[in-house]
Parts: sequence; C-alpha cells; structure tokens
Amino acid sequence: MSHRQPDLNLSPKVSDEVRKTTCYMCACRCGINVHMKRGADGTQQVAYIEGNRDHPVNKGVLCAKGSAGIMQVNAPSRLRAPLKRVGPRGSGQFEEISWDEALEIATGWLKPLREKAPEKLAFFTGRDQSQSFTGWWAQKFGTPNYAAHGGFCSVNMATAGIYTMGGSFWEFGQPDWDYTKLFILFGVAEDHDSNPIKMGIGKIKARGARVIGVNPVRSGYNAVADDWVSITPGTDGLFILSLIHVLMTAGKIDLEYLARYTNAPCLVAEAPGTPEHGLLLRGADGKTLVIDRASGALTPFDQPGVRPDLSATHTRDGILYRPVLHLMAERYLSSDYAPETVAERCGIPADKIRAVAGEIARVAFDEAFELDRQWTDFRGETHPTMVGRPVSFHAMRGISAHANGFQTARALHVLQILLGTVEVPGGFRFKPPYPKPAEIHPKPHFNVTPGAPLDGPHLGFVQGPEDLALKVDGSPARIDKAFTWENPMSAHGLMHMVISNAHAGDPYKIDTLFMYMANMAWNSSMNTRSVMEMLTDTDESGTYVIPHIIYSDAYSSEMVAYADLILPDTTYLERHDCISLLDRPICEADALADAIRWPVIAPDRDVRGFQSVLIDLGVRLGLPGFVDESGAAVYADYADYIVNHERKPGIGPLAGWRGEGGNKTGRGTPNPGQMARYIENGGFFVSHIPKAASYYKPWNAAYQNWAVESGLYDSPQPYLFQLYVEPLRKFQRAAEGHGEHQPPEHLRDRLKTVMDPLPIWYETDQQGNAGFTVNALTQRPMAMYHSWGSQNAWLRQLHGHNPLYVPTRLMREHGLRDGDWAKVTSPHGEITVPVREMAALNDATVWTWNAIGKRKGAWALKGDAPEATRGFLLNHLIHELLPPKGDGLRWANSDPITGQAAWFDLKVKIEKAIPPDESQPAFAPLTSPVGQGPDHLEWKVGK
Amino acid sequence: MTELPDTTKRKLGLVIDLDTCVGCHACVISCKGWNTENYGAPLSDQSPYGADPSGTFLNRVHSYEVQPKEGAAQLIHFPKSCLHCEDAPCVTVCPTGASYKRVEDGIVLVNESDCIGCGLCAWACPYGAREMDAAAGVMKKCTLCVDRIYNDTLPEEDRVPACVRSCPAGARHFGDLGDPDSAVSKLVVERGGIDLMPEQGTKPVNKYLPPRPKDRITETAPRLTPVAQDIGGFLGWLDRTLERLPGGDS
Repeated sequence: MSHRQPDLNLSPKVSDEVRKTTCYMCACRCGINVHMKRGADGTQQVAYIEGNRDHPVNKGVLCAKGSAGIMQVNAPSRLRAPLKRVGPRGSGQFEEISWDEALEIATGWLKPLREKAPEKLAFFTGRDQSQSFTGWWAQKFGTPNYAAHGGFCSVNMATAGIYTMGGSFWEFGQPDWDYTKLFILFGVAEDHDSNPIKMGIGKIKARGARVIGVNPVRSGYNAVADDWVSITPGTDGLFILSLIHVLMTAGKIDLEYLARYTNAPCLVAEAPGTPEHGLLLRGADGKTLVIDRASGALTPFDQPGVRPDLSATHTRDGILYRPVLHLMAERYLSSDYAPETVAERCGIPADKIRAVAGEIARVAFDEAFELDRQWTDFRGETHPTMVGRPVSFHAMRGISAHANGFQTARALHVLQILLGTVEVPGGFRFKPPYPKPAEIHPKPHFNVTPGAPLDGPHLGFVQGPEDLALKVDGSPARIDKAFTWENPMSAHGLMHMVISNAHAGDPYKIDTLFMYMANMAWNSSMNTRSVMEMLTDTDESGTYVIPHIIYSDAYSSEMVAYADLILPDTTYLERHDCISLLDRPICEADALADAIRWPVIAPDRDVRGFQSVLIDLGVRLGLPGFVDESGAAVYADYADYIVNHERKPGIGPLAGWRGEGGNKTGRGTPNPGQMARYIENGGFFVSHIPKAASYYKPWNAAYQNWAVESGLYDSPQPYLFQLYVEPLRKFQRAAEGHGEHQPPEHLRDRLKTVMDPLPIWYETDQQGNAGFTVNALTQRPMAMYHSWGSQNAWLRQLHGHNPLYVPTRLMREHGLRDGDWAKVTSPHGEITVPVREMAALNDATVWTWNAIGKRKGAWALKGDAPEATRGFLLNHLIHELLPPKGDGLRWANSDPITGQAAWFDLKVKIEKAIPPDESQPAFAPLTSPVGQGPDHLEWKVGK
Repeated sequence: MTELPDTTKRKLGLVIDLDTCVGCHACVISCKGWNTENYGAPLSDQSPYGADPSGTFLNRVHSYEVQPKEGAAQLIHFPKSCLHCEDAPCVTVCPTGASYKRVEDGIVLVNESDCIGCGLCAWACPYGAREMDAAAGVMKKCTLCVDRIYNDTLPEEDRVPACVRSCPAGARHFGDLGDPDSAVSKLVVERGGIDLMPEQGTKPVNKYLPPRPKDRITETAPRLTPVAQDIGGFLGWLDRTLERLPGGDS
C-alpha cells in the first residue's frame, strides 16, 4: 500500500475554560490548571489537569499524583453523605443521615464537654493543610488536646532545625538550586518534597553539579545520585559527626561565619556540679555576651562593630567561661568520631567517609565564589559582596523517624553551619516566614477553663522545664503527653499516642475522639491490630472505652468503619482552602507566596468542606470568635473566614491584596474582593524579596526590614545560629538536680544523656531486640507520596503491589527467590509477605512501600484487589510502646526529646515461609459504605 | 503492507535523560490524562478497582537494577514509548494502511478509523511500544502529542508533548532530531546519546542519554590533611588562623 495519511485537526480546542487552583494530592501544593469541558449532561466537567507555569512551587510541571487528580474526583470510594453508625464499631455498618442531624449529634456530644471538661475532647487532624484554623477552633473550644500529624511524621526535623537555626528543610527552606555545586541528600529516596526536589535535581544535573545520596535504599533520587552512601539505618548521626571530626581536624570550617553569625564565640560556664554549669554568659538584659577581638572586652553579641572572638576565654566569680567552639573541638576531635571508629557501625568504609568529607571541603572552600551584591548586617557593617559556599543539604524522614532523630538532625544542621553554607549563595536558603528564632515562636498553652477558650495556642517551643505542659501535680496536661519530661520538645504533639493513651486512661480518660484525614485504624498507626481493638474495646458496662468517635474524610478509608459519626469532606476541587503564611507556607527562597483553593466544580453529592463544617459546629457550640455577642455567626463558611478573619490587626490567613483597595501586602484590613483577586491571579499570590535581602536573612538588615513590612515579624529579629542549644542544657541541668522543676526519678538518667546541648549520637533503646538484626523500613513511592489513598485507578496500576525488598545477601542466606514468601518477625509481632530481591540496598536492611496494603472492603476496591490480598503493612510489627522494662511504666516508642514516632527503629528477622493464600495477618472485610468501583473505565468528557 | 515515506521533512522525537530520570511516573500519567481526553479513543482501564487492573498506557517507566563488575548496584529508570523509527516495522506490517509515518515530521500514528485491531504492528514493534485498547479494539501508541505540538489554541511554550511539559526533573526533551543544529541534536552529541537496540535496524528517532559514571568519589575526592590531632593542637591552629583573618592582630 503506498503511503497515505489522513488530514488531522492539529489545533483541536483543548477546553472550554481553564480554572486555576491548588493541588492537594500531597503537601507540595502545586499550582494546577484544571481544563473544563462541557460533558454529556451539559455541565462543565474536569477534562484534564496540568501544572500552572506561573506558580512559584511547580512552575508548570506536575507529578503523577497531580495529573491523576481527575481519578481522585471520580473515585468510587468517595463518601456520599453524613453517616451514623448502626452496627458495632469496626463493622462498617452505617446509615446516611442529614447534615442537620449529624451536626446536632456532634453538638450534643461536645457541648457538655466544653461546659464541664473541655480536655475530654481530643481533636487531632492528620494531613491537614489548615492547621492554623483547626488549631484556632480547638483553642476556642478550650481543649488542650490538639495536634496534627507532624508527631508521627517529621517533627525531629522541624524542631531540630528551629532550635538550631530558626528553620529546617522542606517548607522552611531549600537548596540554592541556582548556585549549588554539591547536593547531599539524607534519608529521602522518593518523598518529601516531591516536585521541587525533582526540579532542583534536574536543574543542577543539567549544569554538571553533583549529587550524593545517603540512604539505605538506592531508589528514586538516590538512583540518580552520582555517589551512593548505603548507610545502615539509625546511624546517620554518627556518620555526620564523623564528617565533622574530619573537617574540624583539617581546619575546614568557616571561622569568619562562625564568629559573626553563630554562637560559636558565646561563652559557656564551666562549673560542674553547680547550677551555672553549661549556661551561657549573659548581660543584665539577657543578651549573650562575646569577647570583642579588638578591645578584649565582654560585649553583647549584637553591638555595632563587635568582632566576636572564637578563642578567648573569660573568668568571672571564679568560673571559667569557654567559647562554644572550644567545647565542640573537645568533643568532635575525639577518636570516638574518627571514620575508622564509626565505619563498621555505619556500614560505610572509613576511606569513603574521608572521601565524602574531602569532597565537601573541596567544593565549600575551593569552589567558593562571590555574588556582586552589597548588603548590610545587623551590626551595621556593610559587605561589598555575598560569599557563596556551594554545598547544600536536604533531609527528611529517613533520619528523623528514629529515637535519635532529633540529635541527628541537629548534627546535620551543625555540619551545615560549620561549613558556613546556610543562607549563603550556593547553600541552603530559608523560605519566608523563616528564618524565625525559636524564642519568638509561641510556647505551649494547656491551661483549661471549662466553658472558656484555652489560654493560648497549643503547640510551641519550650525554652526550659518551666514551659512544660504539666498540671500542678506534675501529671501531663495533654492526652498525648506532649511537652512532658518524657519528650519535652514535642512541638507537633504525638498523634500516634492519642488512641493508646486514651484507651489506657493514661494520663486520663477522654469522652470524644475527633479526627480528620488520619487513617488511624490502618496505615497511620503503629500496632494496627491493637489500635483497632482499642477503638472497639468496651468497659464492664459495655460502653466503649473511648465513648464517642467523630471522623471526617472524603473517602471510604479504613478509619471510617471505626467512627460513630462521619462528616464527609469534599475533594480538593470542590472546596475553598488557603495555603497560609500562618500555617505551612509555600514560599520560595526569593519570594513570599500563598495560595487558595476554590470550588472549580460543585460537589455532586451531600458532602461539605470540613473547615466549613467546623465553622458551623463552632456556631452551634457558641464558641467565641465563631459567634458575636448576640450569638450570631461571625463567618458564613470557610471562604468567609479566609477573607475576613484577622489573627492580629491587619494580619489574616492570606497576605495578598489586603486593604480596602486590595493594594496592601502582608498587613492590611480585610478586603472583600480578596478571593476574586486570587482566582484572577491563578490561585496564588507572590511578593518577591529585594535582591539585597535575598541571602544572609537572619542577619541581613534589608531582609529584616522587609519581613516587618510584610507582616512576618513585628520587629526586626536578628539572631545567632545555635550550635549550642541552651534550652537543651536547661533540661539536662534539671535532671542533674538543679532548679525548682524536677523530672521524675526514672527519667533523670535519660534526660542527662539525650538533652545534650551539642549534637550527640546514641544507640536507640535495643531492649528486646536480641536476635532481631535486620533493619526494616518503609517509604511511599513518588507517585503516591503523601497522597490520600492509593485507590486512584491510574496510580494503583503503577504501585498496586508492595513486596518486601530484601538485599541479595539475605536472599541467599535464607534461600529466598523472587516470588517466595517470608515470615517477618519483630519483638512485637509477625507478618508473612511476598519478597523480591533488591541489590541496590544496604545489606542489613529490608523495606517495602508503605500504605499500599489495604483492608478488604475499604477504598471501594474489590475483595481480590492485590492491595488487600498480597499487600501488607509493616505497622503490625511496630509497637507504640517499647517492650516493658518491668517498672510498670509505658515507655513510648518515640524520640525522647521530641516524641517523634520512631518508625524506623524497627528490627526484624526473616525466614522463608510456606506461601499462604494471602498476606498475613488478614482481617475480616469491612462493610463498605460506598460499595465497589466499576469494572471498566473509559473516561472522556468531551466528544 | 504499508509503505513508509522515502524521507520526512523533520524528525520530531524525544531525548530522554537516563542520568536524571528519577522514575516518578509523572510522564506516564500526564500522557494518560492528555490522550484519554484527546486524540482518538480514550485510554481505557479494565478492572480499574479489581484484582488485575490493566489499562492502556502510551508511555511506561520500567526500572532495572544493574550490577557493575566493581562497586554498588545501580537502579536505572527507563521510560519507554514509541521511538518514531525511521524504518518503522509497525508501519510496513500494517495490512490496512492505518499505521503511517507522517511526511512532515516523521511522527508514527494510527488512523483509528482504518485500524482493524489485528495487532500485527504490536507484534512487529521490537520495543513493545504499542498497546491494543481493550475497550475500543484499536491500536494505541504515542502520538508525540500531535494535537498539542502544532495547536494554535495553546500558548507557544505549551506546544510540546504532555510528558515533556510535565516532567518535574526536566529529563525529557522534544525537538527535531533531523536538524543537527537543534537543541536536542546538540544535547545528543554533547552527552553521547544512543539509539535503543540499534541492531534491530529500525533507526529510532528518539534518543537516550546514558547515565553518567557513578560511585567514583573514593577515586576522585581529595583527602584532607589534619591541622591538629587533639584539642591543644586545634586551639593553636585556631589562634594562628584568627590572627590572619581581617581584624586579627597581625
């Protein structure tokens, strides 16, 4: 047949209309263009979703999840209407009820609690992107028991960053992708944070910059890393301190930077046995003092012209004060941290540790450069250029989800600071509203007055034992025991302990558990089977131990079956939201930015945005701030709140187009046209930082002034990076017996060890682990990272199976082949699961994709879906408590500083198993409130 | 049997960077989304919520572990779609003329109204780049988003295939590989781009950029020389160094 080709229409109309909003398939919150077409029924429907090129986060690109959003909107697992439980808890038997009935039931449970004992409500939100609002609601209700999912996610990272340098990775900052020449990634293979990391890696690789991946698993970003460090889980801190050892021994640290911008020259009292020991020398006004090199005089750190001395010591009242840098040299020059000492424990040859340190030093110092940009520091000194040190780092859950994760994250920040590579060109840069020193964050508030709001915001940063959330009798004020001696710096709460503590009545019993977007009866809990039992357990009288459970979700997740009342949420395309500077912002290093969601389609069922439902509940309960003096509603719905709420005069949820004419940024009166301006602008607002303010932000006068003008600070807040974190020392000091706030005896020794003001590495609690020698980890695949459910029809075709990946050595040792099954045992439980060999894996580590395994009946999947038959959770192997120590106490499986869930401390053993019919343990199917999905999909909106 | 054109005016295709592809599947799903809604029949899914979900995809990412003789194993993410071969066996095997290669730009397409769903082309393609849509009964394949790249209803910068526009890592490049001066041709020269399975003689237009050498840090990185062995030595070094800094005593 001779060549012939038809005439094609090469310019078909793509859509009738493009509506621009914000993605919610994960926490990146990219801008999306939603293409709308008229469907068969004549309504405008979602036809195609692509990235928004103008958006500061994703600049047009979009990940697999974002592009699959259309399958999230038409998912058969979507809840349809409010549900009231009619069968036993856990059965999934519900009847649909009206919103009015649902809200009256909730009000009937909550109103008496507020009047008599507000702490009997535990309100915890999961993948909530509106925490400044949900937290405010809880505050007005008056319960101290509020937090979101940070405690079981990455609070170690956030807290270590804020205490050390006023910000951390992820939403707090980013590598300087434009100038960095060496990018080192710890504990992130596939997830946090999704598109920006991919874009950054692509950008630096395109110009020949190099990537080092430190991770037991060589997948995702580590697969494209130029060099892979296959570290043994839980030893990152030891590896980092060894890098510090090599760098300090070689004098490869930035002394100018350390002297000017850190507390390396600040003076520490050396007076063992006294209350002064380990505290910083301060002036009468509380400012830390340094010795000026020119005059030799003690001077407050921030005085004009002062050149802090890194070496000089001072004696006062018979006490010797030594600079922090001396203490660091003393500790890190020790052979305890020599590569040869740590190599075996870390699983990294000593020479490779020396090579990585050598490469870091070469790039940081030999490839230093200057940007021709004048700037003035907080001491009034003008610098003609900005010096760049092009080494940058990023890290996330892999290093933080261990019980030594806080100190490990601290060690990493200290390494960055020693190199002088934070807030300089080529290094790590903060994103507004960060940098922000720990001292200007709120402290925890927990004082309850029945019938009245809490005395302030729940979560915050303690500065010493006096800030702990303890009742007068010393018992924990919060149900999750956050901010107690067990975990003093638990800035995000401990969501993973709420159900366990509430069930145990430790520290007290509650009445109503109210949760949002948190799959606590499945993949979001440790010890899943027991959690299901706790949720369904009854007392002698037959009453549920946790009497009432309210849950809000858009989908038929496993948790739905365990609630008494379901408040069905909308999908992200049917709702208003704000991605606020008061919350988890989306700024870039060069710009302040925030964004909205707006209903680009109307819900086709009886569901409501959860935040609007909370406003309705707030009105029904008569909460201050939600009703005026006459009892009338202050806000009609969440959209009304977003535009008109003021947290402080002139400061509201959105920074853009404030003021009467909409021409104010950051500060300004509410503007009724604000939402329309956001929609018109593509759903977001950006305000760029002036060039002279773009680096050295904690010390740059131009940045500080810009931040005040933009409403980020109330006044300039220059500060020093805290290599030595004095609040940690204050807890250690209390444990040594000083001060009026004293820890319980059983925690003294632990506090003395872990609350070290300089980074340490310690072996996590190994009690009960004898014989369990294999590390077991999970991660989410990129195409599902942070996404709410893997029932998405397109995405589950990418990741519908989660074998246990086993390194070659262990496959051989146990006679395993691909497709075989293994029994995996931990000190707490056992599972039997399919295995697959992976060579690019630390040889003492196994891993699997998290949350692929689903329970039968959930997510509208068929009963024979692989997620429900071959999928599995490692959660069954992880207990929320450490094995009993014989002291009758419940020790949380959490970081002893922050309470972060220590998911990745899991140790297992594996053995070949006779293949069962299904992964074990298997659970009885849930009754689905939504039925099952269709057998075929042919999705096309247009003709 | 169907003839190929003697020559094509341009050779439009993709250059895929295996050094940068992180295996995120963004290209897979954006392709699915665009081509479900646009050119020809939608890409259907069978058993989308059941035991063995199988849908039509025009682009898939496979991951392969590679064990070098020396050193650690590596993982390569390998996106694969139609390579728009110059000597496309899928076209010449087509009994109805439904498969064809465009004269203007070399894109290989299926005219769905002439496709009888015989599957010969999928059999002939050595790359497994064609998929029969089970619902429509016609052969589906990468169109290089022919309905995007010339589409004058789209802004000019968006006239690229959906996979290229969405790729977060910038690992996919689109252009005329017949023009030695095009950005993609230069990239192929600079990075030593390769044909996939050249021995098949299909002369694929798409090119792959190979991964750069990995795990060489112990050979290339300098080792640092100590300035001190203990705290005393370090403090001595510190004093000497501080004196040399601006504002020092000497």
